[in-house]
Amino acid sequence: MNLLSKFKDPELCHNILGQIKQDIQGDFRFMEVCGTHTVSIFQSGIRTLLPGNIVHLSGPGCPVCVTHDREIAAYLSLSQKDVIIATFGDLMKVPGPGGKNLKLAQAEGARINIVYSAFDALNLAKENPDDKIVFLGVGFETTAPTVAVTIKLAKDQGVKNFSILSFHKLVPPALKALSADKDIRVDGLLLPGHVSTIIGLEPYLFLAEDYNMPAVIGGFEPLDILQSILIMIRQKNDGKAQVINNYKRAVSDLGNPRATKVMNEVFEPSDALWRGLGNIPGSGLAIRETFSEFDASLIYDQDLPEVDEIPGCKCGEVLKGLIAPDKCPLFGTRCTPAKPVGPCMVSTEGSCAAYHKYKI
Amino acid sequence: MSEKIILDYGSGGKASQRLIKNLFVKHFDNSILSKMDDAVLISDLQGPLSMSTDTFTVDPVFFPGGNIGSLSVHGTVNDVAMLGAIPKYISCAFILEEGLEMDDLDKIVRSMAIAAQEAGVLIVTGDTKVVPKGAVDKIFINTTGIGSVIADPSPSGSRACPGDAILVSGSIGDHGLAILSHRQGISFETDVLSDSQNLNHLILKLINELGDVHVLRDPTRGGLATTLNEIALQSDVEMLIEQDRIPIREEVEGGCSFLGLDPLFLANEGKFICILPQESAARALEIMHSDPAGQGAAIIGEVREERKGKVILRTGLGGHRLLDMLEGEQLPRIC
Repeated sequence: MNLLSKFKDPELCHNILGQIKQDIQGDFRFMEVCGTHTVSIFQSGIRTLLPGNIVHLSGPGCPVCVTHDREIAAYLSLSQKDVIIATFGDLMKVPGPGGKNLKLAQAEGARINIVYSAFDALNLAKENPDDKIVFLGVGFETTAPTVAVTIKLAKDQGVKNFSILSFHKLVPPALKALSADKDIRVDGLLLPGHVSTIIGLEPYLFLAEDYNMPAVIGGFEPLDILQSILIMIRQKNDGKAQVINNYKRAVSDLGNPRATKVMNEVFEPSDALWRGLGNIPGSGLAIRETFSEFDASLIYDQDLPEVDEIPGCKCGEVLKGLIAPDKCPLFGTRCTPAKPVGPCMVSTEGSCAAYHKYKI
Repeated sequence: MSEKIILDYGSGGKASQRLIKNLFVKHFDNSILSKMDDAVLISDLQGPLSMSTDTFTVDPVFFPGGNIGSLSVHGTVNDVAMLGAIPKYISCAFILEEGLEMDDLDKIVRSMAIAAQEAGVLIVTGDTKVVPKGAVDKIFINTTGIGSVIADPSPSGSRACPGDAILVSGSIGDHGLAILSHRQGISFETDVLSDSQNLNHLILKLINELGDVHVLRDPTRGGLATTLNEIALQSDVEMLIEQDRIPIREEVEGGCSFLGLDPLFLANEGKFICILPQESAARALEIMHSDPAGQGAAIIGEVREERKGKVILRTGLGGHRLLDMLEGEQLPRIC
């Protein structure tokens, strides 16, 4: 048995499930804020094994889903200019105002290249010196450091035809906004494993200190998730919230200082718009002035256009855990993975897409 | 300098004749093809017939475990066989890109000849066109196959019945991963070979020994999950699949986890799904295990009545979830 298969072992998992059933007192609502957790919880069948009084909510954990309509309108507008857009594939089908997306823009003549990393986008710029390449910077603390390194590299190499439209977002400020919102009743937060490898434990400590919110950094295998749920339940029972690192095989309490250093060198915190959550102070990453020659929003004078909300779409409420995806009136009828109306149905890690794909 | 395919080879004139004689007739080598009439006279097929056509455009043309030539024979032989038939004759039509290496074409045609010989089919008619550079990607091949149906009633996607056992003839996802690992824009190496192979001999054994087999289908594009969904819809039944019992190679599982893919949605070119009455399941498994094409076969689930048109996966943990069809291409992860 290899190490990873231990974390899927049915006997070990059922042992923890037994303890969860024994310890739980009344209802328990937990929220995960990472698309990989969303998918893993469905894929492993954990949802159908948990007792009925445990409610699983998917929060704003999918970077595609939390990208705001106005940000989508901005990059769609930029795609009409004389540039080549380099983007992760996931953004291609995300619908913006009027249902327009990058795929449609491409069909109408916009030049768009799907890349696997910001490095690929930089290479694209070097291979096409007569074109201007703009990389769409979407993602959390997991993605931002590699984008930061790419910007530094571009500066060192004197690449002039490369820039980034930064819509990166930071997880802790969003968790603060969620915890402060009285409408959102959450008993515990399953903290994102990937993001935590970068930022470590410290940025979450306010959850326990200021909001008495049980919070556990968890891995993605079934045993990781079940253990994390058990820890949160026990904290709630004890009435004493703590922030626990239950993913020590991947996450150091200190995070990855080299990654955060380069991220902070190139980016600075800024206010950012989140779908469903609105403007959250200090939750975005803007490119620092030292690197402004790579800031697409300045180079192309690209602001955030005012837009109308997508009519009928409840992605915002879904992201706050206020309604389950299948309670949205568009779910499965007007909004399906084939013809998504809202972004939560587009991304493979979106909670609406996960419901549609996995829920019996 | 190595010889390349030029437009003249598709002209119908002398150059075409030379290519046909020195390459196709030489490798395919049978008396029906060498008559070189406009059409081929088939006089020994009677009763219900099974016929299928497919066009092969695989990129890369040469992949670990096969090439577009062997694949174009296996694919059509297998489709014809899935009706419970013995494939007999195959046609092939080539669209070649100007500039294709003659050595590559020779390798491809030789692989087709070997695959046909192994299947026991004759390649009896064909066509060659050469198009200007860029009009196709190296080489496209269409094959059409025909054979005699020996199963009565013939297996069909609409014949799965509640209570039936669901079997798969071997490990899942090998072909898809072998191809993808050579196509991704990231460097990724794996020892996984495509499973491209003929299935007709094993199918024949099953039909001869068991008589009634309800469904036979090869899960090619869209993979096991998509094919199971097609059958569930066609037969208006539920399929309950046990995740633990689906045979998947460790290398395929590892590669998929690295690339963010699900092996259940990856293409297979040498496997089939077999659905038949529960009482025949154990014998069917024995027959599969005794054949080189059925090593690794397993009973993976059962047909039920409850949720019509749905495929339900019982996970390794004992939970349940929907196993849906693939929406489009599987996309790389963003984080």
